[in-house]
Amino acid sequence: MLNIFKLAWRNLLRYKRRTLLTSMLITLGVVAVLLFVSVSGSFKAMMVGQITDSMLGHLQVHKKGYLSSVDSLPLNRNLTEKQIKKVKQLLDGNEALEAYSMRIKLGAMFSNFKETTNIRLNAVNPDEEMATAPLLTKRILEGEKQGLIKEGEILIPELIAKGMKVKTGDSIVLVANNKDGSVNGQTFMVRGILEGISGPGGRDGVIHIKDARSLLRIQGAEVSEIAIRLKNIESMPKVFASLKQELESIRNKMDKPVFEVHTWEKISPFFNIAKMINLMTLFIKIMLVAIVLVSIMNVMVMAVFERINEIGTIAAIGTSPSKIMGLFVVEGFLMGILGTAIGTVISLVSIYVMNATKISFDFGRQTGLLLSPTIGSSDVISIVVIVIGIAVLASLQPAWKAARMDPITALRHV
Amino acid sequence: MSLIVAKELEKTYVAGDISVHAIRGVDFAIESGSFVSFIGPSGSGKSTLLNMIGCLDPPTKGTLMVAGEEITGLNSREAACFRGEHIGFVFQDFNLIPVLTVFENVEYPLQMVQNWPKEKRRDRVREMLEAVGMADQSQKYPNQISGGQKQRVAVARALVTNAKLVLADEPTANLDRETAGRIIALMKKMRDEFSTTFVFSTHDPRIVENVEITFTLEDGKLMRNEMKAGGGHA
Repeated sequence: MLNIFKLAWRNLLRYKRRTLLTSMLITLGVVAVLLFVSVSGSFKAMMVGQITDSMLGHLQVHKKGYLSSVDSLPLNRNLTEKQIKKVKQLLDGNEALEAYSMRIKLGAMFSNFKETTNIRLNAVNPDEEMATAPLLTKRILEGEKQGLIKEGEILIPELIAKGMKVKTGDSIVLVANNKDGSVNGQTFMVRGILEGISGPGGRDGVIHIKDARSLLRIQGAEVSEIAIRLKNIESMPKVFASLKQELESIRNKMDKPVFEVHTWEKISPFFNIAKMINLMTLFIKIMLVAIVLVSIMNVMVMAVFERINEIGTIAAIGTSPSKIMGLFVVEGFLMGILGTAIGTVISLVSIYVMNATKISFDFGRQTGLLLSPTIGSSDVISIVVIVIGIAVLASLQPAWKAARMDPITALRHV
Repeated sequence: MSLIVAKELEKTYVAGDISVHAIRGVDFAIESGSFVSFIGPSGSGKSTLLNMIGCLDPPTKGTLMVAGEEITGLNSREAACFRGEHIGFVFQDFNLIPVLTVFENVEYPLQMVQNWPKEKRRDRVREMLEAVGMADQSQKYPNQISGGQKQRVAVARALVTNAKLVLADEPTANLDRETAGRIIALMKKMRDEFSTTFVFSTHDPRIVENVEITFTLEDGKLMRNEMKAGGGHA
């Protein structure tokens, strides 16, 4: 086998320029794919992190039917104290969970005593919320970040702050309808301005959950949703499946499920962008496969054509068809290895340089996001295996042709 | 015992509606250790006959025994195996592998066909290169040596596996007179030294002068055979 490798390598060196050009083409493809995977992957991971860690959490539990009518923030679809207890029992026993946060989602009228506008609010227990959405405090542009929120305080989204000309420390009034239709108002002090981000809940204000209960005159521990943070986001599909099964087994008197559970993917439209990134990655990989396939096949077809007489000679001497085939397949394999090795090294160095130079970019209303591309060993290995596999595959047809060549015809070839 | 026995051997090439009878019912036998030549005008069937003996082209009819084995029914893999074991080839254009050195070219059949162990292989290659007078050129590549030297290397490659039979198709056609003479002398010396049978297909009168048996072919038929003193049976 080693002899075949030696001979194949010598044959590649015979046409140095052609080998170099083909390897460079493969290198270019590998670099393009690895850089795209690393940059898009880090962009995706960062955006997913932003969305889950500063807003949605990884999973959310609601009363059945809440999400389909979430636009109206229905208070009559809140989870009752008894239902919350049942969910808490399930969550407290789950080792995969890092934290969870009870929230009341509500709509209200926001007044600065001169003008009035609508506002969507997220009422939370600050300790629970900071454990579930640890990046939420980083979205506070002005005001005290420590402790997130206290009773009587409000974090208002920056668009409302600008539009209503409200600053930190100002007093405002929130007026809200409770689920029975009665109206109640309450004064709040603006604790801080909250940066808006893309997606549902990204432009909501934040108040303390106790204030929401008094504003809405809620008796007991009623909540709209329970946001859950997992220790490891990779475990989300497994945890989601088991939680869904457990929650669906809890039925009402009409034998219908009481709860619904969703992953952040179902709730945020960003998941579609993430899917598009995955699709683009797939297309880039397909292009790489095409580049490798065409370039290697082209070179190997030429190699066979140029060496017909030589193939006739080694066949006449007694070289078996399988060894002749192996010789050409190994040539393709070595070219694949060469191109991939150089491409991988260039890509890893480029990723290192990009991280060292700290490139920043804007996404929607978020500015100055730091690009920190990373690539997992599994991605590198899969690309390397794909490229080398395709290089071998592309060599098979020309190699097969060489192995099947009639020695007499080959020897007569000039 | 005869090394090669052909009985009622025929070869017909069919291209569409046209059939070309390249060999028409040929019978002959060649003894081991012979120095034999097939001669005849172009298109007489010399090369076709050599290709059939060399398991490169199967006969259409008849039987052909080489080294005691009926070779007419061998498939391509078996034929390759048979060639590797019993037959050496010397070509008109030398056909050395350009990316291998002289040493590696001679080593090729032992390494890639017969899988000899390294030390034994190297000793045998050195022995053959000494025998053909190319030991001092062993690290050169084919493009660094002359035509005569290339043919010496080709002879060494043909004999290195202890082949019983060497088939040489116009081995002197691309050599000048003096070099051709030396190559013929070398092959005769090799025959004497290793008792290998040499079968030529040639137009070259210098080879014809030196062989012990000459078969003359015309239109695919064996017209006559001439045996010189000390030659084998035909």
